[in-house]
Amino acid sequence: MRLVLEKRAEASTRMAILSPVIAIVLTLVTGGIIFALRGLNPFSALYVFFVEPLTTSWSIEQLIVKATPLAMIGAGLAVSYMANVWNIGAEGQLTAGAILGSAIPVFFPEFQSPLTLVVMLALGIIGGMAWASIPAFLKNRFGTNEILTSLMLVYVIQLVLDWLVRGPWRDPQGYNFPKTIAFSNWQMLPSFQVIPASIGPIYINLGAILAVLAVLALAFMMGRTLKGFELRVQGVAPRAGRFAGFSRERTVWFCFLLSGGLAGLAGICEVMSTVGQLQPGISPGYGFTAIIVAFLGRLNPIGALVAAFALAISYLGGESAQVALGISDKTARVFQGILLFYILACDSLILYRLKFMGRTPQLAEAKA
Amino acid sequence: MKKWMALAAALALGATATAANAADKLKACWVYVGPVGDFGYSYQHDVGRNAVEKALGDKVETAFLENVAEGPDAERAIERLAREGCKIIFTTSFGFMDPTIKVAAKYPDIKFEHATGYKKADNVGIYNARFYEGRYVMGQIAAKMSKTGTAGYIVSFPIPEVVMGINAFMLGAQSVNPDFKVKIIWVNSWYDPGKEADAAKVLLGQGADILVQHTDSTAPLQEAEKAGKLGFGQSSDMIKFAPKAQLTANTDDWDPYYIARVQAALDGTWTSDDTWGGMKDGMVVLSPFTNMPDDVKKMAEDTVAKIKSGEFHPFTGPITKQDGTTVGEAGKPLPDGELLGMNYYIKGVDDKLPQ
Amino acid sequence: MNDQLLSVILTIITASTPLLLAAIGELVVERSGVLNLGVEGMMAVGAVSGFGAALLTGNPYVGVLAALVAGALLSLLFGFLTLTMVSNQVATGLALTLLGLGTAGLMGEAFVGQPGVHLDRLYIPGLTDIPFIGPILLGQDFLVYLSIAIVAGVSWMLFRSKAGLIIRAVGDSHQSAHALGYSVIGVRYLCVMFGGACAGLAGGYLSLAYTPQWVENMTAGRGWIALALVVFSSWLPWRIVAGAYLFGTITVMGFSLQAYGIGIPSQLLSALPYVVTILVLVLISRNRALMRANTPACLGQPFVPDR
Repeated sequence: MRLVLEKRAEASTRMAILSPVIAIVLTLVTGGIIFALRGLNPFSALYVFFVEPLTTSWSIEQLIVKATPLAMIGAGLAVSYMANVWNIGAEGQLTAGAILGSAIPVFFPEFQSPLTLVVMLALGIIGGMAWASIPAFLKNRFGTNEILTSLMLVYVIQLVLDWLVRGPWRDPQGYNFPKTIAFSNWQMLPSFQVIPASIGPIYINLGAILAVLAVLALAFMMGRTLKGFELRVQGVAPRAGRFAGFSRERTVWFCFLLSGGLAGLAGICEVMSTVGQLQPGISPGYGFTAIIVAFLGRLNPIGALVAAFALAISYLGGESAQVALGISDKTARVFQGILLFYILACDSLILYRLKFMGRTPQLAEAKA
Repeated sequence: MKKWMALAAALALGATATAANAADKLKACWVYVGPVGDFGYSYQHDVGRNAVEKALGDKVETAFLENVAEGPDAERAIERLAREGCKIIFTTSFGFMDPTIKVAAKYPDIKFEHATGYKKADNVGIYNARFYEGRYVMGQIAAKMSKTGTAGYIVSFPIPEVVMGINAFMLGAQSVNPDFKVKIIWVNSWYDPGKEADAAKVLLGQGADILVQHTDSTAPLQEAEKAGKLGFGQSSDMIKFAPKAQLTANTDDWDPYYIARVQAALDGTWTSDDTWGGMKDGMVVLSPFTNMPDDVKKMAEDTVAKIKSGEFHPFTGPITKQDGTTVGEAGKPLPDGELLGMNYYIKGVDDKLPQ
Repeated sequence: MNDQLLSVILTIITASTPLLLAAIGELVVERSGVLNLGVEGMMAVGAVSGFGAALLTGNPYVGVLAALVAGALLSLLFGFLTLTMVSNQVATGLALTLLGLGTAGLMGEAFVGQPGVHLDRLYIPGLTDIPFIGPILLGQDFLVYLSIAIVAGVSWMLFRSKAGLIIRAVGDSHQSAHALGYSVIGVRYLCVMFGGACAGLAGGYLSLAYTPQWVENMTAGRGWIALALVVFSSWLPWRIVAGAYLFGTITVMGFSLQAYGIGIPSQLLSALPYVVTILVLVLISRNRALMRANTPACLGQPFVPDR
């Protein structure tokens, strides 16, 4: 008696829709058991985790805030991974973008005009690209594995940030605390009201809009342009790509600059919105979580957007559970891990079919 | 379809049921930057929270969020507590300062207290503990107990509070031995016992025979114990980990402060305040003096008594800075504002601070 | 001066060993074609299990065993998902890290603030007392010697035994290996569990020898460094030793320089291990033929046998 996976003739669309549902149901059941074991009402616990984050406008706003950088970075990484370019350093590129963009308020605090906004965002993108160009260059020129280089550079740039905000870029009025001056006016992202006050006003900031635009642009590129085709071929059949004349070196550059630029944009957006200044802690690991987002989204930019939301819900739900139910942050993390496991397991059902095989494989096939 | 509706109803019912019970008690909440399992800074704050529950449990219920990173998550975490019915919220890390002010502006009826910061508002009080008082005494003990005249200091990041601590320690040491030296290692991490152990070993290898730390784990003390040397605990009493090495520990005791503040919130007498309590207020407590001869113990106890009575202040002017200039008026303590933003070393410290 | 040098070398050995243990395990996993990014999670679980078992029984060697088993069990979960359910390896590994860290935190709640039992160092009267060489070679604890033994064993196995040949075949070309009749999934399961056991040992080292205690997040990112070291080593076992010790040396030297009072900003010194690792890898990877020969061609690709 064995559990065997058999490849389907073609990807099952029914499973593509059902699999997240099955995953959630399985998580609910497992979660229910865990919570019951810990002495909690499983239904209220699950409600707090999954439903409550969607019930208030504040909560939805926070969801968008959390999901924005995840989607922006995740979409870029999805494209990169699709082409087998392994950018693991998005967290570092995010930081680099935040640093470069923050140079404006630090050195030109009086520079306040719509142009400031544009310049800061542009510098954010450039910062991320610049930091991403290092692993790309090393890969192309020396064949150095980009996983290691991009990862190591994360630590390096974080230490650079630390040095900057503790030393040269420190706010002179800040009692020597490690942070720059607070950004103001045009140095912060504007907010827009998207849902009218009657239903409960929801504000989103420019970052969210940019994220959605980025996702759509990337989805268009991947699905409908030659470039997208080129990237997908390089991932699935690299030799065929070479025969078709697609340059691997240019692809590495393209993917790193794209994902790095998006990460840098996400970084400067974070600093220009929720954080409002440059300080040692500007990201709770968005660059790394975005890797999960990219894969959960099946390396598809739109999928990454959906996955970003799903993950954001799990974070917010976990936080809510800590306060409402008194469960610890660790239980929330375990729960998140289990949810991810179920989603990943169920996803494979799209491409493969589960079969229980009897002792003699031939017999099973004869029956089918 | 009907089944789903029933399920949703059950879920909602379950949720409201839990909410209803909590309506009567005052909810006091805490935000921690680290895990309560760090047996250090956040752990001690949580001990304070538990003290509040024990003392006022019939009128107060508490909640907390741990591992809240400074940055985008902080504001949301604080606001979440505000929305979940917390009436008084303690944010325990200096990096929570600006998020606290932002959220407090949105919720004028909720009281906020921010630790180790400097921004206040009508509904935001600040509090801090004069850890440097303990460090001064530790410096005196170190100078008496050290055979090599050198202490090893393990620190995480150069924030003013840490610098204040180093300076206080050295002032204390210099009062006993003017040529006392200190070697400093910045591990650039808040939670890495392994790195702290490495730093401790390097310092011991370079001749320091007393270890001091402003990091949270027990690793440096354990290294001191292994090497047969002496050291000081930090945040919590670490005697269990180093029975032969710990001289004393600079413990944070937030219990009396938290109980007093929550009581004030209950009584309606809470106002935004600026509390910087020290040994006198029971916020800084040196754990029992061990592993030292009686005369050293007496000296330390005398100093503690003088600090408690207000007779002596560790940062009494004039103080000579590393660059040779002096600050402070003779005989008068440095003003609190000067201390809060301290970014210079006193003379006798061989290290450079980022400028 | 000699004393100082000795103390620095001993510190380097302690700092490098957990990296070494975790990395050599992951090397075997990757050689078989599987990419397990959950090293950090397995280390954490190993650390808490080792600590707890040692505390409860009073015997650190029981702790070592518990750490090993805990890591292997957690990796089994990863194996089931990626090998039987053919889920995406990268994402599953990251999820494993989340799960592992959370579980370790939960398990460790009771252990916070408890001094632990620690592994003793070897002491052979007379021999260990030989100045300098004695403590370095003959004064280490069990896991340090085990780490080197594992590297030697893995190196021999991979390149001089049939089992190693099969593992490498599975990692380089799983369809061919399957066609030859080898159980690709079975081999990978064993390798994944070996990797988990090693990661567990690495974690156990942290809580039993390095800093005998349990605090949350005590792994502090070492799992990621270990992963980077596997890449650094070009999947060659002895290079893991070089990489781990290089990293450990620079980290500790950075502290030494600080304590001397050299005046270089500490952030720069803290960044050095990462920068040097990159530079050395750049130098090494210029030998493209060697790189190509040793990178497992099927790394990260799921295997489902075509019938």
